Amino acid sequence: MELAQFWTSRVLIVAGKGGVGKTTVTATLAVTAANAGMSVLIVEVEGKSGLPALFDQPGLEYLQTELAPGITASTLTPDAALVDYLEGHGLKRISKRLAHSGALDVVATAVPGMRDILVLGKVKQLEQAGAADLILVDAPAAGHAVSFLLSPAGLQDAIRLGPVRKQADDVVELLRDPARCQVMLVTLPEETPVNELVDTAFAVEDRAGVALAPVVVNGCVEPLGFEPPSASEVSAWANAADRFVSEREAGELAAAGAFWAERAALQEVQLARLGELLPLPQVRLPFVPTAHLRRADVDRLAAELATGITALGAHR
Amino acid sequence: MSTSNTRNLDGADVRAIARERSIVICCGAGGVGKTTTAATVALEAAHHGRRAVVVTIDPAKRLANALGLDALSNTPTQIDRSLWARPDSAEGGSLWALMLDTKSTFDTLVMRYAADEEQAGRILDNGFYRNVSGALSGTQEYMAMEKLNELVHDDRFDVVVVDTPPTRHALDFLDAPARLMRLLDNRIFRLLMMPTRAYLRVASVAVQTFLRTVSRVVGSEVIDDVVAFFRAFEGMEEGFRARAANVEALIALPSTAFVLVTSPRRDAVEESAFFAARLAENGLGVAALIVNRVHPRFGDDDAPALHLRAADLRSSVVGADGVTAGAPGPPGTDDPAARLAVLYDRLADLVTVADEEREQLAGIAQRVEGGAVAYVPLLAHDVHDFSTLHELRALVFSS
Repeated sequence: MELAQFWTSRVLIVAGKGGVGKTTVTATLAVTAANAGMSVLIVEVEGKSGLPALFDQPGLEYLQTELAPGITASTLTPDAALVDYLEGHGLKRISKRLAHSGALDVVATAVPGMRDILVLGKVKQLEQAGAADLILVDAPAAGHAVSFLLSPAGLQDAIRLGPVRKQADDVVELLRDPARCQVMLVTLPEETPVNELVDTAFAVEDRAGVALAPVVVNGCVEPLGFEPPSASEVSAWANAADRFVSEREAGELAAAGAFWAERAALQEVQLARLGELLPLPQVRLPFVPTAHLRRADVDRLAAELATGITALGAHR
Repeated sequence: MSTSNTRNLDGADVRAIARERSIVICCGAGGVGKTTTAATVALEAAHHGRRAVVVTIDPAKRLANALGLDALSNTPTQIDRSLWARPDSAEGGSLWALMLDTKSTFDTLVMRYAADEEQAGRILDNGFYRNVSGALSGTQEYMAMEKLNELVHDDRFDVVVVDTPPTRHALDFLDAPARLMRLLDNRIFRLLMMPTRAYLRVASVAVQTFLRTVSRVVGSEVIDDVVAFFRAFEGMEEGFRARAANVEALIALPSTAFVLVTSPRRDAVEESAFFAARLAENGLGVAALIVNRVHPRFGDDDAPALHLRAADLRSSVVGADGVTAGAPGPPGTDDPAARLAVLYDRLADLVTVADEEREQLAGIAQRVEGGAVAYVPLLAHDVHDFSTLHELRALVFSS
């Protein structure tokens, strides 16, 4: 697939279970798109995240900040979205008062999905205004992502008239148009994340009616390419290669090789399961050997993502 | 009973938590293995001869099945001893599990504090109330604490282990009672509920403004429900307030242990540090830190040296075209030097991860000063039945 064809919708909602690297994938997508000359806006809906750290920036609270040339991040809280919404509807005078009185809690409780519709309504507004070539929404963690996407349709049932109903209609229209909005699901090649991804995928598509982009499998290790050797085999290879490898080191190499091979084998099982359970193209991102991802790692992942996207075409 | 300021950093201390404390609250960021850890703590307690109940929030399906939680059950279900016990399990232990049902927990609370059945019925039937359990942020956290309150006074259990909801900030349950009280205390609604004529005159301006505002935003249909709810709720705030104070007292008991669960990755560690600080602000300590998914470190060599050896080996590999190949050996390569190079690179990668993880963890271990720390190696497989739970138990609680 041509890289340019990959971005079929302006809005891409990135979702996945906690700990699978949703924020990493969001950053990687942003860099990949920016490298292709697109302007990118990342919308975060849960406040504090590790996003700035991935761009080697301090993780301060922010409303809007430029992470890199062409990549902007924006925090969108329901409270801010409400004030914004009211101001846009000629209710400026009471907007602050309503937000500060704690009344949003009451209203949002009276109308479930109110917070979600406020945030998604703002996303729709950004999309309509062409705020960026690509708008990435870092969605709430897996289970919450489904209710996040179901809220607008739920509100359509609950409210028959008024501005919120109009907002819900507009958001549902956005969500159900694959040319404007898609959901990209992220997982790890492990059993529980794969199971949850499959459940989420069906809920997103069947219940929320949102189109699914290719699945991103984060943290894939590259297979060794040969059977993991015993320590004595390692020593034999060292002799054949005319190198000195101590017995201790041969043991460590064999142990590391076995660990790696076991992980790669389990990963293949889970990737195959995922392919069987969910007929969607898979883009794999490599395992980065670090506990602290930095900008350089994200650049490397972005290059891998671009390669993965190009390879998708060959399989289609 | 042990106190909250034990200082040893060995496995024995983690064991003491499962064996001696009467409340264990597991908290941490999403995706770090919190639910599994909670189940493991309860299993250790039961294995040691105690009667343990674990409150899970949203267990993965296979773990739920293993715990006998096929359907949502808001009351403790005893797990058959033959399923969880091992030959060395102490006599007298029992293991119970339940999956938190926020709504029925809240319903129970309403029924407890309503003056009569009529008041309870009015609240339970109210449309706004029905949304409270599902839509009010913090309700799930609050109900987890409420469930704890209920189970602590249940004679069937020696220890209650609570999993906490996965929230980004991992500590909403500390604020949840206050947040709920703020909603119930809402100034505007207090005015709405004022019964006497004199107050009504004062209230009317605020009421009018507010009702108009809400109508313009969400349409007028929801308002009747809201007003009816707050009217019906009148007089129950005191009961709720007392209950919230009760929960606060419970979590401050010396027999209560906070177990902070994390992974060694930067974002999870940062959240844990933040959480430890918040607990400290509240005068609470971390009894134990359990770090899941820690990479093993193979040997003492450092990563750059190992990568250099890989590069050196690779430079000696002769490619198929007769020239020296600088690229990594192709998959399936049978050249011993190329294979050795791959092994050195992978060993270097694993050493890098292990070292960076230890670096990330160095700070957090200090933050939970006085607490026990357990490092659990990255498991190659999923934990979803009692055989794998016991394996995890041995790793967490071995000294």
